[in-house]
Amino acid sequence: MFSYCADPDTLGTFRWFSCYLTNGVHWSFYLSFLKVLGLLAVTAPVALAFGFMGAMAARSHFPPLSWLGKGYIAIVRGVPDIAFFLFFVIALDQAFEWTRHKILCPEWTDPIRQGNDFIVCQAAKLPLGTAPEWVHETYGFFLAIITFSIVFGAFAANVLFGGMRAVPHAQLETAEAYGMTRRQTFWRILVPQMWVYALPGLSNLWMVLIKATPLLFLLGIEDIVYWARELGGTKTSRFTQYPHGDWRMWYFLFLLIFYLGMTRVSEIGLEKLMRKLSHGQATSGGELLRKETTA
Amino acid sequence: MSCLQTIQDYGLRSLGIGERLLPKNDFTLCEQFTLIGSGMIWNVYFGIMALATGFFLATALAVGKASTNKWLRKPSEWFIFLFRGSPLFIQFFFAYFFFLSLKKSYPMFDAFTSAWLGALIVLFLNTAAYSGEIFYGALRSIPKGDIEAADAYGMTGWARFRRIVWPTMLRLAWPAYTNEAIFLFHATTLVFFSAFPAWQQRGDALYYASYFADKTFNPFVPYPILAFYFILLTLVIVWGFGMINKRLNRHLPAARQTKMRFKLNLAR
Repeated sequence: MFSYCADPDTLGTFRWFSCYLTNGVHWSFYLSFLKVLGLLAVTAPVALAFGFMGAMAARSHFPPLSWLGKGYIAIVRGVPDIAFFLFFVIALDQAFEWTRHKILCPEWTDPIRQGNDFIVCQAAKLPLGTAPEWVHETYGFFLAIITFSIVFGAFAANVLFGGMRAVPHAQLETAEAYGMTRRQTFWRILVPQMWVYALPGLSNLWMVLIKATPLLFLLGIEDIVYWARELGGTKTSRFTQYPHGDWRMWYFLFLLIFYLGMTRVSEIGLEKLMRKLSHGQATSGGELLRKETTA
Repeated sequence: MSCLQTIQDYGLRSLGIGERLLPKNDFTLCEQFTLIGSGMIWNVYFGIMALATGFFLATALAVGKASTNKWLRKPSEWFIFLFRGSPLFIQFFFAYFFFLSLKKSYPMFDAFTSAWLGALIVLFLNTAAYSGEIFYGALRSIPKGDIEAADAYGMTGWARFRRIVWPTMLRLAWPAYTNEAIFLFHATTLVFFSAFPAWQQRGDALYYASYFADKTFNPFVPYPILAFYFILLTLVIVWGFGMINKRLNRHLPAARQTKMRFKLNLAR
């Protein structure tokens, strides 16, 4: 982009840094920030949907369904989330391939697990061996999103379940007295009211989700952590020489500041949202707002 | 090879004692249980050491953040924001490369680049920030009457803090602090997946679990074993912290004692 970047004399000057904006490898680094934001944008609603279904299942009066929901919520309590990440990425991949194998190659009689190998027929491979690279990358990203959604869905289910239970019971009894069915009570009375109780937990969850995004690196995605390690180091597999020493520390300092910024922005945004939702609510937050405006 | 033999060979493998080579193929359940259990030594070490040291810094931070003096309050606020606002994973990476470049200029920082010290320092600072915020919240919700009673008895300064403020703060913060302790133990699994090297394959529980999962391409055995160990650990933590909670509340009439109901509120 800048013509002076081709001139070796610029190396010693401060202007050299602007050349980092234009080279292709660094563009992968900048684009990986979009990957992180994309993951957040997709995962948050999907996880919320998972959580909603989990909470609904846990409230169910049909015991097996309620056990399923409660088990889903409880499993995240005792086990580190990173273990889930590492587990689901392989497990989901194998589950998909196994299903495709059963459908696409019914004539195959060999066992799929042979010792330490997991063998499916060629046509069942995901993605297909002939697929271009972007398909592989997208598939990896897709797996990562499902993994994140399952784990954070369990957290969200816990929060939403708590929020549903926090809605004053008298509200539900009133609905029943008006002759509403269980389904009507749930959708018309419970769901609209639970959000204000669930919001503190959900905003906390959002913070946890932001702070979990660097774990993408462990799922084999070329994310910001991957590129910071690659670019900060003196040598990489593809390029043997960089014009600087070990800068990984500075790259990670930059990531640290990036995340601090994200946290700060979310904090401010969530506070505004909470103020909006508390407006006119019979909670202490709503009371505080009322006093502020009347005083 | 009998299971007892395996335990003798690999029981302390994570510390470098026993058989040098990890099993290569035909993994038995016993081997997986033993090695992953052996790795738990590191998780417990990191967790306990970070909690024990972080507790004191957390108290100092809470008092600092609640202080009216700007020079005490601002640094505490910034410290807490810095460590709570950024991912632990990135903190590990940054600290490792920071220690690495320190080591280049000053060889005495050699130990800091190994996990047992370097990662411990990060965990110590991190848990201090999280617990500091919890303690700060508790400090602000100490009943006004308690402080007034202390004043009426003529207690000031250190005596008032040591005998009234601090015990009440702990009592109020304890359930949340238990939660933090559980999350800290979970966070210790990140150590060997960030930059800190597992020297001679001496890693923690998750390190061995992922070793088995990579070798067998079968995640359905090692990860449930890991989950089993961690659920066990969580139960032990809940029990231990519950005992302390009982002691902190022992002066209260039975009805007013805050029952420790373990509830996952996502503090981290």
